[in-house]
Amino acid sequence: MKCKKCYDTAIIEMPSLCKSHFTEYFEEKVKRTIEEFGLLEKNDKVCVAASGGKDSVTLLYLLKKFGYEVEALAVNEGIHGYRDHTLSFLKKFCDDNKILLRIHSYEEETGKRLDKMVKPGSPACNTCGTLRRHVLNKYSEGYDKIATGHNMDDESQAVLMNLLKAQKKIFYRQGPKTNKVKGFTQKIKPFYFLREKEIMVYSFIKNINVSYTECPFARLSYRSKVRDALNEYESRHPGTKERILRKYLSIKHVSQPKAVSLCSRCGFPASGYECKACRIKESVVSQA
Amino acid sequence: MELFIERTGEKKTLSFNGTAENLLKEVGINSEEVIITRNNEIITLDQEVREGDSVRVLSVISGG
Repeated sequence: MKCKKCYDTAIIEMPSLCKSHFTEYFEEKVKRTIEEFGLLEKNDKVCVAASGGKDSVTLLYLLKKFGYEVEALAVNEGIHGYRDHTLSFLKKFCDDNKILLRIHSYEEETGKRLDKMVKPGSPACNTCGTLRRHVLNKYSEGYDKIATGHNMDDESQAVLMNLLKAQKKIFYRQGPKTNKVKGFTQKIKPFYFLREKEIMVYSFIKNINVSYTECPFARLSYRSKVRDALNEYESRHPGTKERILRKYLSIKHVSQPKAVSLCSRCGFPASGYECKACRIKESVVSQA
Repeated sequence: MELFIERTGEKKTLSFNGTAENLLKEVGINSEEVIITRNNEIITLDQEVREGDSVRVLSVISGG
């Protein structure tokens, strides 16, 4: 396969581009997403939610390259044999690139590691996702934006998951950025229109060689089933993921999320009297 | 050919000559979930992999 721009050998299909034209395309696509959706102002102080995986490390690399003031915020869930590996890669990357890194853990928030909170063999993603959002929001106060490495794969999966579970309340919360809501640091997703595969290719070119580690809870998740099905569909019908997101964005405006209340315990936004993170913390304490 | 599949950590020696796409079919991996390198260079699915090549199937999917 040849590059559609210069006829050199392509390194990726869809779009068929050589190494140098793919690099140019990738960086332009991130810039265009930032501009088109107003994700960042030039003087914004940005906190990147960094796991140490290829998506978040590549995002740190690119935002810094584009000249934004970036810092990294990582969450250590407390999963034996998993997060330590990616965090040590992240620490080295941040040291090498002179990026401030802060790490907070579920243990300091709840008194327990995730793998002690959830029974072996049980799905943990719901609890983990709630606590992660809580910790990231809590420690990103003072920043203008929090940037995440969510990509086209993650986002098209989320649209499908919410549809399949008829999650009307959260269905309309997706998109390249969250609304400005009191108590929340606004979240942005500069990789919204890039496939996970494209991020992998770019990170390989830039020698961001994060080796693969899999969360032991991930295979039990509903998301992993949707991901596999969607990947199967994408390989038979290329362009499916992008069509899902473009169509989703075109209908998103028909319903706006209602205002949220504040948690009576921690003061952060909540859908009811107390936020879900505080309810998890209480259940962890009562189990002890 | 020396084949390494990152997600499973599997390493094997294969007698295979053909396209990267057919190699993935042979080992039962969806091309959407991986990139392939031949002698440490990324290749597209239509490119050939042969005896003597070192082929790595790198996982695209985030582990979390």
